[in-house]
This record gives sequence, structure tokens and C-alpha cells, in this order.
Amino acid sequence: MSTSVPTEQRQFTVLMRLFHWLTAALVLTMLGIGVAMVASLADYHRLVSIHRPLGILILIVVVIRFVNRHYSTLPPFPATMSPRERWVASASELLLYALLVVQPLVGWGMLSAARYPITLFGAMHLFPILPHNVMLYAVLRRAHTVLAYLLFLTFLAHFGAVLFHTWVLRDGTFSRMAPWRVRAH
Amino acid sequence: MADTRQYARLAGTAIAVLGVAAAFLYVGGWFNPEALTPARFADGFERVDGIHSGFRLNHAKGVCVSGSFESNGRGTRLSKAVVFKAGRVPIIGRFSLAGGNPYVADGSEMVRGLGLSFKLPDGEEWRTAMINTPVFGVSTPQAFYDRLLASRPDPQTGKPDPEKMAAFLASHPEAVQAAKIIRSHPPSSGFENSTFYGLNAFWFKDAGGRSIPVRWWFAPMQPFAPANTTGPAQPDKNYLFDAVIAAILHQPLEWRLIITIGQANDPTNDATIPWPDAREQVDVGTLTLDGVESEDSDRCRDINFDPLVLPEGMAPSDDPLLSARSAVYSQSFTRRVGEKELPSAVTPSEVRK
Repeated sequence: MSTSVPTEQRQFTVLMRLFHWLTAALVLTMLGIGVAMVASLADYHRLVSIHRPLGILILIVVVIRFVNRHYSTLPPFPATMSPRERWVASASELLLYALLVVQPLVGWGMLSAARYPITLFGAMHLFPILPHNVMLYAVLRRAHTVLAYLLFLTFLAHFGAVLFHTWVLRDGTFSRMAPWRVRAH
Repeated sequence: MADTRQYARLAGTAIAVLGVAAAFLYVGGWFNPEALTPARFADGFERVDGIHSGFRLNHAKGVCVSGSFESNGRGTRLSKAVVFKAGRVPIIGRFSLAGGNPYVADGSEMVRGLGLSFKLPDGEEWRTAMINTPVFGVSTPQAFYDRLLASRPDPQTGKPDPEKMAAFLASHPEAVQAAKIIRSHPPSSGFENSTFYGLNAFWFKDAGGRSIPVRWWFAPMQPFAPANTTGPAQPDKNYLFDAVIAAILHQPLEWRLIITIGQANDPTNDATIPWPDAREQVDVGTLTLDGVESEDSDRCRDINFDPLVLPEGMAPSDDPLLSARSAVYSQSFTRRVGEKELPSAVTPSEVRK
């Protein structure tokens, strides 16, 4: 890594890192809840009651995160990354953002189309965003599953790529997003 | 040496990625193919009753009704749920017969269902799905599933294997006990004079934060008449539905909503056990059904009468049937709305004749 890069630019900003790890925790929890609840009889209701408000929370966090990213200065890619790798990294980042926005909207939309009440906490509930149409529900319900697996696979690729760079190539990729402060050598 | 370390790190990366993938699949039950899931439950219904495109997996035969619920305000001391504030809310409902065959011939001994959806003024909703027996036949989802499979008609004889049902009952004394209680309440002549029971216990929470265990039931204002179970077989396969349609078109039907208040030792987790008769009963309002439509022309077909669609002020008890019902009803709903909709037994012309 070039010594000409100032310390503060080797890492993503504090706010960006905070958003990253917050999103990671929320989304991994959500993926676990989602895949567990569809297979559960005993815990179905408890899990689905967390799933709805958590999905909306993720939607809000991701939108704010995206806006913050737009106004933040990003550190450069590690020198070990080829132009093609950089393109793949940028594309997968965009795909993750897209999935994290679309997935909660599909969930909200499918409950709207089925006219399920979209309860968050207590009496608090969301308005429907789509017309009452159970055929639409059927399509969106399937899409919700497909997108969930796609989201998990995209996360897995991201996780694997960072591990590969950090452990095998040892180019300090992880330290760019590390929750703690990493100083330049 | 450097190469070995590099390979070890590469292997470590692969193991970490596979480990995370395996953890995800584990949480999703992929390594436990014997566990009873909503999908396997639904498959069980389809194995026993066949696949009937566009219909509910259970309580497949039905008719849509509509009307209102007029609360008398006496429920507000039990629960802060908006439905109990004095006033009227619109109702969509559905009368049904238990079983997965939507074209089954009506029979007076068959279990009758009433599903209701209360649209509350603050945008909340209360849904309940009840039947006309005072207790439920089984206490756990697994027992329900096992009984379902034991009732599967033998492909050779077309009748359930009596040995399988005997084996089920031998290992489920609570089901034998429940059947005894159900037999001691002979069915009425029709839907219109049936009592419908919510069966499962729930918690009501009042404005002060106090919670009480409750069960609810709908007591008909139409006088009881016993079902004719000894006479000749009914000629019309829809006779129960035709009778309730005619009754509603003649004059609105009414039920009182009664809340039974449980005490500390009353079981909330076992729908096969009745609570003592002496428990306090509170009449909280009147259900009026004045509209009736075929499922083909009315959209009650699109409602999943999930018993855990509850307004604030009501909460599920620890009864394991509740979460399971919610999960399996959802699975049933998702399956049927994605299928081609076939006409109901109770057609629009049946309602208008």
C-alpha cells in the first residue's frame, strides 16, 4: 500500500463503518430468522413478529446508509485489485444495496397484495403499498424467497472475497472496513 | 513452506465460507428432514385429501358471509382492543366444513367452521377461525398431523384403516377424552344455530396493563334444534349450506360473543381440556350476518383466517396449536392463491336460487 495515502483515507469513514456493521448484524439476523421461520411451527409466530419490523428497520437503515455513502469520501481500492476485480467489487456492492432495498419492499408489497395487516409493534401498522390482488401476492411471495437466497449468496461471495484478500493475498482489505481504527504502517 | 501456508489460508477461507453456508442451511432445517414443517404439514393434507386447485387445504368447502359486530362496550374492562369499544365494525366471514375436499357432500356430523375478519376503525384487524365443538380433538400440531395421516383413506377400500386410528387413539388419551366431550355436545341442525368456539386460549390485556387468560365463543340467537342424524340421508349434497343461505336471506342471523375468563390454574396450552363451567362469562356484543355470497363471486376466498391476526390488547397464549395454525394456514394460503381457481361447490346460482 502506498505511503502517500493519508491514514484517514485508508479506511472507510467512521459513519460508513458503523452503517456497514449495523447492516451486517441486522441482515444476517434477518436471513437467519427468515429461513428458520418458514420451516418452523412452534416459533413461526414469534419469528414473523420480529421479521416484519426488522425488515422495515433494514429498509430505513439502508436508505440512510446509501445517502451517507453518496456524501462520503471512499478510500482507494487495494493495489492488489485488478480493474476487473474492482468492477466486480463495485457491481456486487450495488447488487447488495439493490437487494437490501428491494427485499423489504417485496415483503411489504406481498403483505399488501394479500391484505394481511402489516403490524409492526402493538397497534402500529403500515399502510398497503399495492392493490389487493392475491395473484400478485403469489408472485411476490415466490420472489421474496428467491431474493432471500440471492441475498445470502451475494453476502457469501462478499464474505469469501474479503477473507481471500485478507488471509491469502494479505492486502489489508478487511482493515478498510474494520470496526476499529487501523493506522498506516 | 510459503506455499503450504498459502494453501492453508486458502483452505481456511473455503472452510469459513462453507461453514457459514452450512449454518444458514442448518437454521433453515435442511439437515433435519424428519421435522414437521409447515410445508410437510401441507403435503400431508394433500396426500390425504388430494390436491384441489385453488382451495384451502382444510375447511375447503365454504360460503362467504358478511355483516357487522356491534360491541356493547362491556369488553373494554377485559381488553383494550379497539373492537370492544362500544360501536359497530364490519365483518367478512366464511362458513365451512372441515376436511380438504371442497366438493364433499354435507353431513351433520362433520365439523363446521366459522372464520371471521373484523375490520377495526384504526386500521387494525382481528381474525378468528372457530369450529362447532367445545374442545379441540388434539392438543399438539404433531398429534393433529398423526391423526390426519391415520384418517387417510386406504386406496384399496376407500376407507380409513381402523387399525391406524385405533393405534393413534391408544397413544393419545387426551384425544379419546376430547372425543368424549365432543360427543356429549350433539350438533345442531345447521350452521345458523351452531355455537362456534375459538378453542385456543389467548391473553387479553387491558388499558392498565393487566393480562387475563380468555377463551371465546359465539352463542347463536337462533334456537337450538338437534341435527337429524337418524333419519334418511339428505338428498342434497349442499343441504347445510343451502339452509344457512336461505336463513340469512330470510332474516339476519345473530350470535353473542361470549368471553370466558380463565383462572390461574386453567390450562392455556391445551385446547382439548375445557375450563370449568363456573368461569365468569362476559357477553361483549352481537355478531350479525346479513349477507351471503358464493366464494366464486366474493372475496372471502382471498382471506386467510389466521387466528394470530390480533389487534393490540389480544395476544396468543402458550398453546402450541396457535403458532402452528398460523404457519400452516399461511402455507395453505400461499399454495392456493398460486393455483388455478376452480369453481366452488356452493356456486353463485346456489346462493340465488
